[in-house]
Amino acid sequence: MAEPIVLRHRALPELDRLDVYRQNGGFRAFEKAVRSQSPAEVIQIVKDSGLRGRGGAGFPTGVKWSFLTPGVFPRYVVANADESEPGTFKDREIMERNPFQFLEGIAICAYAAQANVAYIYCRGEFWDLTGELDRKIAELERAGLLGDRLFGTNYSLRIHTHLGAGAYICGEETALLESMEGKLGQPRLRPPFPAAEGLYGKPTVVNNVETLTNLPPILERGAQWYRSMGTKQSPGTKVFSLSGHVERPGNFELPLGATFRELIFEHGGGIPGGKAIKAILPAGASAPILPAADDVLNSGMDYESLAALGSALGSASIIVLDETVNIAWAEAKITDFFEHESCGKCTPCREGTYWMKHILGRLIGGEARSADIELLRSVGSGIRGKCLCALGDFAALAVTSGIERFGTDFEIYAVNGR
Amino acid sequence: MAALAEKHRAEIQAILAKYPPEHKRSAVMRLLYLAQREYGHLDRQAIAEVGTLLDLEPTEVGSLIGFYTLYHDQAGPTYRLQVCTDLPCALRGAEVFAGELRRSLGVAGNEPTADGEFVIEEVKCLAACDRVPVFQLQEPEGIHYYESQTKESALAVVEQLRGRSSNG
Repeated sequence: MAEPIVLRHRALPELDRLDVYRQNGGFRAFEKAVRSQSPAEVIQIVKDSGLRGRGGAGFPTGVKWSFLTPGVFPRYVVANADESEPGTFKDREIMERNPFQFLEGIAICAYAAQANVAYIYCRGEFWDLTGELDRKIAELERAGLLGDRLFGTNYSLRIHTHLGAGAYICGEETALLESMEGKLGQPRLRPPFPAAEGLYGKPTVVNNVETLTNLPPILERGAQWYRSMGTKQSPGTKVFSLSGHVERPGNFELPLGATFRELIFEHGGGIPGGKAIKAILPAGASAPILPAADDVLNSGMDYESLAALGSALGSASIIVLDETVNIAWAEAKITDFFEHESCGKCTPCREGTYWMKHILGRLIGGEARSADIELLRSVGSGIRGKCLCALGDFAALAVTSGIERFGTDFEIYAVNGR
Repeated sequence: MAALAEKHRAEIQAILAKYPPEHKRSAVMRLLYLAQREYGHLDRQAIAEVGTLLDLEPTEVGSLIGFYTLYHDQAGPTYRLQVCTDLPCALRGAEVFAGELRRSLGVAGNEPTADGEFVIEEVKCLAACDRVPVFQLQEPEGIHYYESQTKESALAVVEQLRGRSSNG
């Protein structure tokens, strides 16, 4: 594996200690930015690096920052640490093991956005981790790396943690902002986008933990260095969370464009028990399922290649399914998830996920009717493109892609019952 | 009446200090955790107290409790062992693990143990799919992860907590 950029603690195990982090160049990039670079210069470097949002959408990070409404203050930065996508467990490792690089990334983002307050929205389940981040933030304040008039300049920055309380939808950035404001975590109608009207109606940047953690090395080593890894349109490295039927599940940081075959068979040790691989979910529950044929296994894992395969890279949480898994069962589990996590705001998603769950339950339970597969398709198309956020689309795509690509798995239940 | 405000003044001030004074509603999530810690669950009284602290109507506070899964409006077991049985965990035996744990404790589904102290709940993804089986322990003082578990290690956690309850 190449040199880790985000999972740098794999090479430097005590990187969660501030003295060790600083001995290895920590906070040099932030100090240099505050002392000698303008916010516009920092934004330009991040734009030039080609860094794209690592939370799922893959939107160019520097471009997102440049949409902040000029001249409107205060501004806010919110780190999205609501990691809840089934199969995704990278942000947790980053925050637990390499917390200072993450916090320095927030600081750099806040400086570029000219924000003096940043929040970390942690899912409520990360209770102990949030307490640890609070202690790390206090340590940075004592060391003069956060607080008022940093490095003798006029720039001040405070970082606060904010704890969620169990709701997947709060990972969607506008739902996250609603939740931060003390309301139900339900997505907002866009536009306006958060860069124009975000937290408390002010210009706001919301970035994923992994995205932010890439910033210190990009500023330290430059945009061209970052572009020397990955592909032309998907530069840099990505932390791939590998789970399901593999010998060695875990996080693996690889250049974007590395193949599924390399990840699953080389780093993940292949499929347990000598079984054959059947299918891959490349983005947890939130992208169409792929048959594990050679063209898929040999495909690069980057934003463009996954789109070409009729799926998406998302947050790069690769769930592997072996030959023993019936895909209708797997999609029923995924549909249970979306039905539970639908926030209830948009009728097609709230009702559609409910009906898909019940129809799939009937199918798996051996009580299917012959028209049920067609009915599932019809409910799915009734959801797609009709909701404020992507949750409904993801739920519909899970089911319709499963039927399209693994139809016999559904028909077996429909024809034979159990 | 204003028990929370009197008993936890410093903690409440520290929570409120994170947010602009005109947006103190943002503190509601943390204050609900504090009230849940104090009272065990969030009843009308707790909701009203949190509302008073933030100048919110009880309905504005109460609606959050049904929306977010880590808040509880009914009195329940002190310790909730919440096992992830989402797809990645299910592929690695989490449903079997949850079943074994329930049988060992003599419970079915979400019913509490005979002493009323424990419940085994199945929850959605906990972001620990590489260390299955995993459960989180939700207890009055917080939430803690237990990863790469076996039935034996999970039962040892239960026994340890039983000891804590009977000593305390």
